[in-house]
Amino acid sequence: MKSWPTISTIADDVKNQKTTAVSNVEEALRRIEQLNPEYQAIIAVIKDRSIKRARGIDETVALGGAVGRLAGVPFIAKDNFLVFGAETTAASNMLIGFNAPYQSTAIELLEAEGAICVAKANLDAFAHGGSTENSDFFITKNPHDSTRVPGGSSGGSAAAVALHLSPFALGSDTGGSIRQPASFCGVVGYKPTYGLVSRSGVIAMASSTDTIGPLAASVDDAALVIDVMSGVDPLDSTTIERTTSSYVPGSSSTSLKGKKIGIVKEYFGEGLDDNVESVIRAAIESLKQSGAEVVEVSLPSLSLALAAYYIVVPAEISSNLSRYDGQRYQHSATDTESLAESYEKSRSEGFGAEAKRRIMIGTHVLSSGYYDAYYKKAQLVRAKIIRELDAAFSDVDFMVGPVAPTTAFKIGENTEDPVAMYLQDIMTVGISLAGVPAISVPCAVPVGSMPIGLQLFAQRGQDAQLLSIAKAFENHRAAS
Amino acid sequence: MALLTREQIQKLAALSRLRLSEDEVEKYQKELSDILDYVKLLESVDVEGLTPAYQVTGLQNVMRMDNIIDYQAKPSDMLAGAPKNQNGYIQVGRMI
Repeated sequence: MKSWPTISTIADDVKNQKTTAVSNVEEALRRIEQLNPEYQAIIAVIKDRSIKRARGIDETVALGGAVGRLAGVPFIAKDNFLVFGAETTAASNMLIGFNAPYQSTAIELLEAEGAICVAKANLDAFAHGGSTENSDFFITKNPHDSTRVPGGSSGGSAAAVALHLSPFALGSDTGGSIRQPASFCGVVGYKPTYGLVSRSGVIAMASSTDTIGPLAASVDDAALVIDVMSGVDPLDSTTIERTTSSYVPGSSSTSLKGKKIGIVKEYFGEGLDDNVESVIRAAIESLKQSGAEVVEVSLPSLSLALAAYYIVVPAEISSNLSRYDGQRYQHSATDTESLAESYEKSRSEGFGAEAKRRIMIGTHVLSSGYYDAYYKKAQLVRAKIIRELDAAFSDVDFMVGPVAPTTAFKIGENTEDPVAMYLQDIMTVGISLAGVPAISVPCAVPVGSMPIGLQLFAQRGQDAQLLSIAKAFENHRAAS
Repeated sequence: MALLTREQIQKLAALSRLRLSEDEVEKYQKELSDILDYVKLLESVDVEGLTPAYQVTGLQNVMRMDNIIDYQAKPSDMLAGAPKNQNGYIQVGRMI
């Protein structure tokens, strides 16, 4: 399938009437119809509403009216975003039939600039997982090899962009759920600084690390989407001020001269696949050739991040999923005698195995007698990780490493052992606990290799600088 | 040796408002024990002098005006996802 032009080119072409919003939307819908039976990236299409919105934009253009920076650009949202025009299910049986009463702030901001949501993408149910195999509906296939997973939990979004179904897609990243599928599918995935993009109207997983961001074909496209979505939202009291008027890298700002980049030593230990290691080392070499000073940094506490994450996150999940009680949202068990029985039966029927696992772990680590040993200790270890990262960022501008220890694994390979599946997140979760921004940018890979992403990350609030250096890396890769 | 007993799993399920089959109790006893076994590596970590990092933004007591705003959804829309509702309230089963 042919690539889309860049997002700004599409919007310009709509404004200049070289193309129409309607034809863009129809093209995206046609691609979904053609490719989705094989790859199953999409849960639902939004046909009527998207065509109607596209017509409105084309009419405004025809009348000489002003349209936004994303005019007539189709996109796909992970199905944990509340969007009008289709059900919002979080890929869970619990929410089948749920029609969002309002839209998420991110969607509203994109729509205000003229973007059009054409479909909802598959995910691990409630975003619990790293392969999209935990979807209650179906498993999305990796576009580069349909016997392999696309990664997760934003696997449908990453596969959709890799298949060129739409120019960009939205995902959510709590512990790596944008970056890892981006790496597995060979697209750009951006996780902003915690708080930069409002989560209002996105189904909550773990509120202290949940972030949302774009999956796109290029750093410029991802940056433009971030630019539109960022900033304080009264509906999400954890949102932070923008640090710049524009997150889009300028064409002259992509030199790496004078930039100091730390290679995280601990990322290159045992368990890292040889092919991944050699590709990442070559990528780092290209950063050097672009003028960056590269030094090794050590973050010993990162090895504790996964354990801390799998205490903190289930704790928050057990709280956030308590709202699905059979009374307020969709699934409700039949033939129950009492409210208590309805709670138990509805939740047992509606939640899949991974949600149940995480709810019970969370309940355990928060329960009296275990709270200090698990939950509080994990938050102390989190403080240690943050302190270590802050210290390292006083010396280097950016840090770099792989996104995941392997390339996309085979469907079914890790489903029997939850701990083995959790180990997939080992290189992304520390960054999530610290709330720092991170990006996965595709590397040049040997012929026949599955895609591999380079993970670059920066201090909190340094999103513009991170996007700029990611663009420089992308440019250098394209030139070499 | 499993870190959690069958009774503990049953108690956790009850606290979580989940009902488990016998097979599930067995499955989760093993899986949850494996996870708790993995996270044990935090036990020996020195955290002297640190305070828990419950959040990363540093924001505290974020306030806004308590005004009615013109919003996308009406109260009746907000109730539409509830399986049973009546006169603007969610209807539930017998409580005692």
